[in-house]
Amino acid sequence: MPDDKIAARKRVLAFHLNGSEQEILVADHMLLLDTLRETLGMTGTKRGCDGGECGACTVLIDGRPRLSCLTRAEECAGHHVETIEGLATNGQMSPLQRAFHERLGTQCGYCTPGMIMAAEGLLRAQPMPDERAIRSGLAGNLCRCTGYVKIIEAVQEAAGAATCP
Amino acid sequence: MSVIRNRYAIVGQPTPLIDGIEKVTGTAKYTADLFPKEALVGRILRSPHSHARIIHIDTEAARALPGVRAVITGADCPFTYGVLPVAMNEYPLAREYVRYRGEPLAAVAAVNEETAVAALALIRIDVEELPAYYTTAAARAPDAIALHANKPGNIEREVHHRFGDVEGGFAAADLVREGVYRCAEVAHGQMELNAALVDYEPERDHVTIWSTTQVPYYLHLMLARCLAMDMSRIRVIKPFVGGGFGARVETLNFEIIAALLARAAGGKIALRLSREETFLTHRGRPETEIRLKLGLTRAGKIIACACEVVQRGGAYSGYGIITILYAGALLHGLYAIPAISYDGFRVNVNLPPCGAMRGHGSVDVRFAFEALLDSMAREIGLDPIAVRRANLLAAPCQTMNGLRIESYGLGECLDWVERASGWRGRRGRLGPGRGLGMACSHYVSGAAKPIHWTGEPHAVVHLRLDFDGGITLLTGAADIGQGSSTVMTQAAAEVLGIRLDRVRVIAADSMLTPKDNGSYSSRVTFMVGNATIDAARALLARLTEAAAERLGVAQSMIVCENEVFYVAADDGASLSFAEVAQAALARDGGAITVKGSFSCPIEFQGGTHKGGAVGATMGFSYAAQAVEVAVDAETGMVTVERVWVAQDCGFAINPLAVEGQIQGAVWMGMGQAIGEETRYENGLPVHASLLDYRVPTIVESPPITLHIVESIDPNGPFGAKEASEGALAGFLPAFANAIADALGLDITTLPITPDRLLDALAKRQRAQRLAKAMEEIA
Repeated sequence: MPDDKIAARKRVLAFHLNGSEQEILVADHMLLLDTLRETLGMTGTKRGCDGGECGACTVLIDGRPRLSCLTRAEECAGHHVETIEGLATNGQMSPLQRAFHERLGTQCGYCTPGMIMAAEGLLRAQPMPDERAIRSGLAGNLCRCTGYVKIIEAVQEAAGAATCP
Repeated sequence: MSVIRNRYAIVGQPTPLIDGIEKVTGTAKYTADLFPKEALVGRILRSPHSHARIIHIDTEAARALPGVRAVITGADCPFTYGVLPVAMNEYPLAREYVRYRGEPLAAVAAVNEETAVAALALIRIDVEELPAYYTTAAARAPDAIALHANKPGNIEREVHHRFGDVEGGFAAADLVREGVYRCAEVAHGQMELNAALVDYEPERDHVTIWSTTQVPYYLHLMLARCLAMDMSRIRVIKPFVGGGFGARVETLNFEIIAALLARAAGGKIALRLSREETFLTHRGRPETEIRLKLGLTRAGKIIACACEVVQRGGAYSGYGIITILYAGALLHGLYAIPAISYDGFRVNVNLPPCGAMRGHGSVDVRFAFEALLDSMAREIGLDPIAVRRANLLAAPCQTMNGLRIESYGLGECLDWVERASGWRGRRGRLGPGRGLGMACSHYVSGAAKPIHWTGEPHAVVHLRLDFDGGITLLTGAADIGQGSSTVMTQAAAEVLGIRLDRVRVIAADSMLTPKDNGSYSSRVTFMVGNATIDAARALLARLTEAAAERLGVAQSMIVCENEVFYVAADDGASLSFAEVAQAALARDGGAITVKGSFSCPIEFQGGTHKGGAVGATMGFSYAAQAVEVAVDAETGMVTVERVWVAQDCGFAINPLAVEGQIQGAVWMGMGQAIGEETRYENGLPVHASLLDYRVPTIVESPPITLHIVESIDPNGPFGAKEASEGALAGFLPAFANAIADALGLDITTLPITPDRLLDALAKRQRAQRLAKAMEEIA
């Protein structure tokens, strides 16, 4: 006898992930964070809280920073999702990744994927943000190691590098 | 110090972390990233009672639920765990008594999270509730029952230390003042949630654990104790760890619970705590009350200090005894004070256990000390920086409580802060609502006496050279983001005269790496750094022997620089690193493994008085900082505008990481000063999320300008001392002193939230009105 409960539990989700089309089965109400980490095995996106507190799970949806722990996977149908794993291209770190590495915008590294994705969203919307705009753009992302000083420097450097070829 | 810096090719250069690329690309694997799909899900049932006698825990229905693989309670582990052998009074799962809300009572392993949660709901607990105490006063009341039978009066530990003629000092002083200072309990708030993965293989009775720990070796010890297993049947691996700040410097209940569950279920357990549970596991800085009395001469010389400290320790010991000892020990070692008395009381209450947090034991006392000193300086009419200068130590020296100080750059720190902050022209002249304050602080570079004393070296490092010419550095030291693996890589490469990327680090895997005591008390750079130098010298000797043989000269003639071995004062003969490595492997019979070690000599291990080992270290870091604030007296809002901080870290092996550590420490001090605070309602935490526990965001975090002072410690690796903790404590009083500069109001309670500041202003206004009225009546 077919188990209707199991059959009804999952649906097909089609979306773009880091530029590639994905078609996966997801349970109703499954969070994007869990879908990325558990279903797809992409653990770069981190969980740091019980929901919407810390920003560690920030990804880009259609180019804008979103908390994957407050987003249901099914909401992403047809949309473009980008994670930290998708930023480096052709074996080259993105300007933000390089700057966070070289300027020590990362210490323990746990907030880093979310921080970099939030900064990526900021720089796409505002390629040359002043310090105030950087602070406002990263206001939802907590870091417990750096005091944010070198995070601001890293974003400034990446912004400069991206606009000066 | 530029002369010394130029002696080196690699140390002293700003160096990005050797594991930084993994962090920025998302490939770094933290514990929860390693959870395999097939692992069972672990969940913990926590006590809804603050204090109760456990009558019965009924797990029958939970066990019967399909999908449940194991249910365990305190009955499954009769062994305590903890830090000091004399104070291991905690069970991984409560037995007989439960002593705080949130204490683990039972745990389940199930095929998925849904089932695990459902199983927890089926566990029935039957208890007899007991009176619970949430304040030190209530716990110390004469009619209070003891939380632990062997701790009457709920005093975990009392400390009474007297050095010098304190009463004589007060009698001789020109000004004696006393103040009472209160600091709220704070938490580490490390970004990574507590998590453990345990693989138990029943066929060979073997445990492998991956955990979010700063102390893999202590975890190993406690697992062996609580599982009653031979240590060789346990493997402890520390993957990437998302911060610690002291939260993870002791074995935590969830780690043992995960291992017990894995054994009971006969398989793999993935246990991830929520943020709320991570707060409940706690081990933060205790709520502290400090009664401090200082005696000053007219010239600003401190001639007597009497300090009483009461810490609200929580329900179990943890690091408590060490915390209350640190609070007294580090009254010494910053300034030259001829008489100090200390009375410390660590009190047990029915709240989650406190533990070690960055600046362990010293922070709240330093707040009180520097705030009172500043207030007295103002009363006498002396400049706060001048008062600190009047009390500098003359290193090398030994303090009354047996702490040895070999290098001391506090004077230089003060000079820089005075200049950089524009102190002379700006203090007291910033206009209404703005103020500038300063303070000093210090911290140890590693506890000179290990907690678990076995007679082994304090640090051991292995280096291995094999056919590929790569050098593998094996260390038990836990890099938790502070960059210790990078420092060791730099140290090894510097001594060997090779490229940084020739060294690769394998860290903190008990099956592969030598034992290390862990990442606490800022010990790693100093101790493991020295062990790395020792190992690298041993390997260099082997390479030099091979090179000398190949070139047909005496070993003393061989120099290695930038991967070339050549004969000193000879232009011709040289060998590449690859050639020498090959020669050495052939000569030594294959792969070469060398060992380096380091131990703090006994004369650095502290005074002979009871508790005298705590505070003892081979090198103290020193810091001075100035803080500028803007205060809105209408709303009570205080904004930190800027910080200038100078720290004497001996020598900056990696100046980039030193900067990051100092900025992070100052900022963490700021969190405690402006808003962080745990709060409990009848033992129920109401702060247990990152929205309610207010860690500063990027918006309210100030620019921090810093300066590194290099005093070149005679015993530190390349002269280095610690750089991660020393600057934290100074922020709190510098901030309070800045508010005093802005408003003329002494701050005695932290954090200074807007409501507290408004209350303090209203209180002052009432007192002023009363005084005026009394004057009029008179």
